[in-house]
Amino acid sequence: MPETTHAMVLESPSAPPGPWQEFWLSFSRSRGAMIGLGLVVALLLLAVFAEVVAPHPPNEQYRESFLTPPAWAEGGSMRFILGTDPVGRDILSRIIFGTRLSLLIGLISVVISLSLGVVLGLVAGYFRGLTETVIMRMMDVMLALPSLLLAIAVVAILGPGLANAMYAIAIVLLPHYVRLARAAVIGEAGKEYVASSRIAGAGTLRIMFNTILPNCTAPLIVQATLGFSTAILDAAALGFLGLGAQPPTPEWGSMLASALEFIQRAPWVVTFPGLAILITVLAFNLMGDGLRDALDPKLKR
Amino acid sequence: MFAFIFRRVALIVPTFFGVTLLAFALIRLIPGDPVENLSGERGMDPERRLRLLHQFGLDQPLYTQYFDYIGNVLKGDLGTSLTTHEPVLTEFLTLFPATFELAFFALIFAVCVGLPAGILAAIKRNTVADYAVMGVSLTGYSMPIFWWALLLILLFSVQLGWTPVSGRLAVQFDVPATTGFMLIDTLRSGEPGAFRSALSHLILPTIALGTIPLAVIARMTRSSMLEVLREDYVRTARAKGLPQLQVVLVHALRNALIPVITVIGLQVGLLLSGAILTETIFSWPGIGNWLIHGVQSRDYPVVQGGILLIATIVISVNLIVDLLYGVINPRIRHA
Repeated sequence: MPETTHAMVLESPSAPPGPWQEFWLSFSRSRGAMIGLGLVVALLLLAVFAEVVAPHPPNEQYRESFLTPPAWAEGGSMRFILGTDPVGRDILSRIIFGTRLSLLIGLISVVISLSLGVVLGLVAGYFRGLTETVIMRMMDVMLALPSLLLAIAVVAILGPGLANAMYAIAIVLLPHYVRLARAAVIGEAGKEYVASSRIAGAGTLRIMFNTILPNCTAPLIVQATLGFSTAILDAAALGFLGLGAQPPTPEWGSMLASALEFIQRAPWVVTFPGLAILITVLAFNLMGDGLRDALDPKLKR
Repeated sequence: MFAFIFRRVALIVPTFFGVTLLAFALIRLIPGDPVENLSGERGMDPERRLRLLHQFGLDQPLYTQYFDYIGNVLKGDLGTSLTTHEPVLTEFLTLFPATFELAFFALIFAVCVGLPAGILAAIKRNTVADYAVMGVSLTGYSMPIFWWALLLILLFSVQLGWTPVSGRLAVQFDVPATTGFMLIDTLRSGEPGAFRSALSHLILPTIALGTIPLAVIARMTRSSMLEVLREDYVRTARAKGLPQLQVVLVHALRNALIPVITVIGLQVGLLLSGAILTETIFSWPGIGNWLIHGVQSRDYPVVQGGILLIATIVISVNLIVDLLYGVINPRIRHA
């Protein structure tokens, strides 16, 4: 029975903690990291169960009650807890559905960027020479452009829209993963286990992906977590500039943009979507910082 | 030292050409060609289209087009805006002082607040002051600045009425733009109240744009300071009986500043990214606003030229920071 063995390991004082246990001990010691993790889990649940949790459909327009203030303000009602927007849509419901979008944007752009970046970085670090020079110079070019500007340039080519914004952000994030993967591979490639694997007859692809890659994951995991916050922030910025998700999509940045002219009359239409962005980005940053401290042996006390 | 400078400068040449390639490709990757975009909805007869393609050199092979483009860029010709029919470089140079003024003050604000805050957090490690500084800077670091700018407007402009909502100067003033830097121009004009007006317009954008760099600088200063405070020579200085303030500000800070200066240099890209958003919200007539209009109105020469010029600025500043770093830290120079 696996549970008993697990319990025994925990109780036996002489057994050294396994890598997972050690990681968890170090991670859970940081209060910020745990807050971040809690928030991320809560946001995930909110995104998955958006239909159940949200009191109204996100695009339902209640024409009779547009710009209703939040429940605690004068003139507000419990029907629309965070108030309604200029066309009478429930802000709370739109924010809840927006969680789904933002996490999805983060996930998709990080996955695209991470997979492409790992491959390019592995290739650059493993083959060196001209291949490396070409790849790394390309990354330098991308890093020379301010991130939002690069995203805007990509959107200018592909046209505005949610999917294109995700590709744009994936491209913006790419150089970081390539650099990390390359540096990690160069550090690992000379080690004995790689040489012995090659002597044992492993092919190039096997050495790259099965032998070296698993030993380079720590910095990539940290960067991927922090990449989530960059992706969500940049997607909201693009949405705000009208270059990302298009109305009536309940994306936080475009929600802010579409309510701008009502900012004086109805501050809540602007306040809450922005707060949602801040909390989500903060959660991923807290978690990323905690992961870095837990995974980076150099910083371990 | 000379070899070091040469190595660093040689490294940016391929990057710069890469950026020109990117800017060059941009206008050709866009669906439809520039002539088609010019013709608008109604379309254009094929003969005129061919003539225009020839006129713009678009019927040449790609490599010829690229070398023509590079030749023009090196001569300072970045094309003409499709909407205003002004040369792109002229427009950029007219608008750049506004962005520079904003970014400069944002950076000053970030350094003046971030540096002391980081030092304080490091000295008072694990106290309320440390947690407060770190909490605030983590929040600042995660802040969507377009939202932060709106909150600032809501509080200081709408509720309290302390600062203007947008623009660089109140409409009643007519100040000749001699330098393009509003603070200098208003001072020189001698118009009473103009300088005050320019200053009050600058405050909120400065705070909005400076917040993320502030957070980055505070975090970096704290961790760098903590590392240095652990060093033996700092303990020696303390053991000699030097006052705490002198140990921190004279002995520790000098070495702790090295990574902080690099981080400050790296903020330029961030500031220009942020300027795009800040300028949009405050209707600040700078290059960020100009570029967004360019993208929205499909003014491709503007987008292309803007990207090239901004990338050039970022590359140059990074080079200067690298060189400065070599001056401060001899170990880098000889690496």
